[in-house]
Amino acid sequence: MEFLKGNLSKISRYLVLVSVILLTLVFFIPIWNISLTAPQYPEGLSMNIWIYNITGGTEYDVKNINLLNHYIGMKEISKDSIPELKFMPYVLAYTILGALITFLFPKRIMVILGIVNLFLVGIVGLGDFWKWEYDYGHNLNPEAPIIVPGMAYQPPLLFCKDLLNINACSVPHAGGYSLFAVIAILVFIIWYERRLELKNNP
Amino acid sequence: MKLKKYTGVFLLLVSASVINHCGGAAGKAVLASDAAKKVYVAPGEKDEIYFFTSGGFNGNVGVQGIPSGRFLKNIPVFSQHTENGYGFDEETKDMLLTSKGYIPWDDTHHAELSHTKGNQDGRWLFINGNNTPRIARIDLDSMETKEIIEIPNTAGNHGSPFLTENTEYLMAATRFSIPIPQKDMAIEDLSKGKFNGTITMVKVDPKDGKMSIDLQVLVPGFSYDLARCGNDKSHDWCFFSMYNTEQAHKMLEIGASKNDKDFIMAFNWAKAKKCSDEGKSINFSGVYQHNILPENMPAISKRLSGVKLLKPKDCPGMMYMMPTAKSPHGVDVDPSGEFIIGSGKLASIITVHSFAKLLKAIEDKNNITGMAGGEIPILKYESTMTGEVQKPCLGPLHTEFDNKGFGYTSCFVSSEVVKWKLGTWEVVQKLPAYYSIGHLSVVGGDTKNPYGKYLVAMNKITKDRYLSTGMELVQSAQLYDISGSKAELLLDFPTVGEPHYAQMIPASMLEKKMKKIYRLEENNHPYATKNEKDARVVRNGSTVHVYMTSIRSHFKPDTIEVKKGDSVFFHITNLEQDWDIPHGFAIFAANAPNILVMPGQTKTVRYNAKESGIFPFYCTDFCSALHQEMQQYIRIQ
Repeated sequence: MEFLKGNLSKISRYLVLVSVILLTLVFFIPIWNISLTAPQYPEGLSMNIWIYNITGGTEYDVKNINLLNHYIGMKEISKDSIPELKFMPYVLAYTILGALITFLFPKRIMVILGIVNLFLVGIVGLGDFWKWEYDYGHNLNPEAPIIVPGMAYQPPLLFCKDLLNINACSVPHAGGYSLFAVIAILVFIIWYERRLELKNNP
Repeated sequence: MKLKKYTGVFLLLVSASVINHCGGAAGKAVLASDAAKKVYVAPGEKDEIYFFTSGGFNGNVGVQGIPSGRFLKNIPVFSQHTENGYGFDEETKDMLLTSKGYIPWDDTHHAELSHTKGNQDGRWLFINGNNTPRIARIDLDSMETKEIIEIPNTAGNHGSPFLTENTEYLMAATRFSIPIPQKDMAIEDLSKGKFNGTITMVKVDPKDGKMSIDLQVLVPGFSYDLARCGNDKSHDWCFFSMYNTEQAHKMLEIGASKNDKDFIMAFNWAKAKKCSDEGKSINFSGVYQHNILPENMPAISKRLSGVKLLKPKDCPGMMYMMPTAKSPHGVDVDPSGEFIIGSGKLASIITVHSFAKLLKAIEDKNNITGMAGGEIPILKYESTMTGEVQKPCLGPLHTEFDNKGFGYTSCFVSSEVVKWKLGTWEVVQKLPAYYSIGHLSVVGGDTKNPYGKYLVAMNKITKDRYLSTGMELVQSAQLYDISGSKAELLLDFPTVGEPHYAQMIPASMLEKKMKKIYRLEENNHPYATKNEKDARVVRNGSTVHVYMTSIRSHFKPDTIEVKKGDSVFFHITNLEQDWDIPHGFAIFAANAPNILVMPGQTKTVRYNAKESGIFPFYCTDFCSALHQEMQQYIRIQ
């Protein structure tokens, strides 16, 4: 317990600052990417999920993905229909604030709190993402022109899956890797601090 | 009579030698052993070169891939195109307006890719209409015709549209001299010098390629054939070949073939422009149409009148005649801008003039042997001639150049391409062509820095080269590899229409900038419907405007009701923003072809509701899995 009350070393403090930068980056880069390929789409179609938005890999990809999806009766994908995109930026801002406070008042306990927070946000976020994928893939318009009995079109949470003629792949984008990196840095800080502690008080 | 007999015997002998030469076996024997590998473009791979052919009597421009010869596109230019509605629909029909009315056909001859500093810049392709004198501009990023300008005071726009080093101007010369201004007179008056031709300088706006008629020069009533402009030191000059300097008014076959030498005219266009600016030109009559197709908008067609006209006597030093072996057809300038090659199509030599000698010759009055048409100095043959390619072949027509100092001349009568060396004028190789080659084209063969590598022969006679299709046969082209020390025949491939001249450009210069869609947010068409919610029918008296959208796989509005006698305008906007998803539109028994609407584009077709009943319309371009369901009705009450 004494260990957690202790102050962070200089190196760890600056690593916390790196985390602030990495977390801030997530406002400017997508966190996840879903890409679709099919024989007649050699150039591919893709969609980037940002903390506050959904955009196409190219300008018209979201429109064209929705155009394809309407044949199987999938709901239109648009940023306005996903309320999470409206409050996620605040959650991110909260984690950045936490990291900044840690930098200014460098207590080890704050790093532990950061790991817990980010872990929770990650789990809830991925769970929510899966829920949306399930919803899009299963709740189809019964009047759709193409209905394949028993077929659902839920894209994978991670990696690739064949959905009729389309191969859909889901992977983190740079923002996602940035978030993973922050968790890794925070875990490293705890390990490093523990080692320092053992060295100083054997 | 004697001459005619002689010509007959001559041609007989030639054809006999062609037959001896060109049995099927001989045709195959000349193939390079690895020819197949050199022309094979594997599935999914792309050609290295774009090949733009004039369509001749189809009035269009063909696009093919080299080295495979695969056919890629038929660009409608001067002819109505039932495939996509060009020349029929409300947007493009005014592109075919002329001062003589709506002329939905022409005869395209010379495809010219735009130049900057004497090299290809991949911006525009210009092409002439020979019959009803016009020049068209095709934008290379969409491969669509965007502008057509009519040339007044001319007939037979054959020596056209040859461009200057930076595409400052396009030259257009008269093939069939006429009374200028047009009026009735005896046809014999041609022989009395009462007919004239014109050299038209068409200015090209360097920003957007827009054409305007800057100046016309009135020239003697000969038949101006082809032209080329100079590079570097000869930048200010263009050179025009001509025949019928005899001014025969009938049976030209004989009458126009009497003189042992005709002329290549050297024209200092920079000087002409200067003279005109100094007020030496006159305001002259001439009505012409100018049609522009703005991006995704209806064509704007304007009738203009009046030109600046300059007479050679009012601008001394602007024009000189260089005698050239009998009835020269092609006149071509080598990459350095120094040599001007005249192919005497009825002679058996190729005349080479030197630009440096020309500049020197015009300094000395003793070199002037007469005046053509009473106003253009004729120079001594020897004063400008620097070499002759001796006995190259029979019927030399056109010359292009490679990047290694060789010229390639097409020979119609002896049906071959001759390769010769610039400077020594020695023939180094003869390549048979099957059969009777007209124009030839080397990649960048008219530029300061030819790309070389490939040469295409465009042959005038096809006969047994392909599976027979009855009396009317496809036109045949042949591809040669000219990259090695010996040129080799690689491939026969068919072309579209009857190509005269064609030009080639490396695909790397064009492919990346090719447009894929019209952006909907930039669609400013007055009848565009950018959202399905705005699809509607608006009546104005007996005129009905249908603001219609199309997207996979339906039209909006769904059903349309009009009254018998109504004039219905269907304005279709394709809401797609994906590459290669056009939608078509065709109505039962409409007096117009289908229209193809590209993604983001608006097009209009007019339909007269003649009889009551229920009539279907549908999408004609297979667009999607539910394409067949893209069909609806119009009710006529």
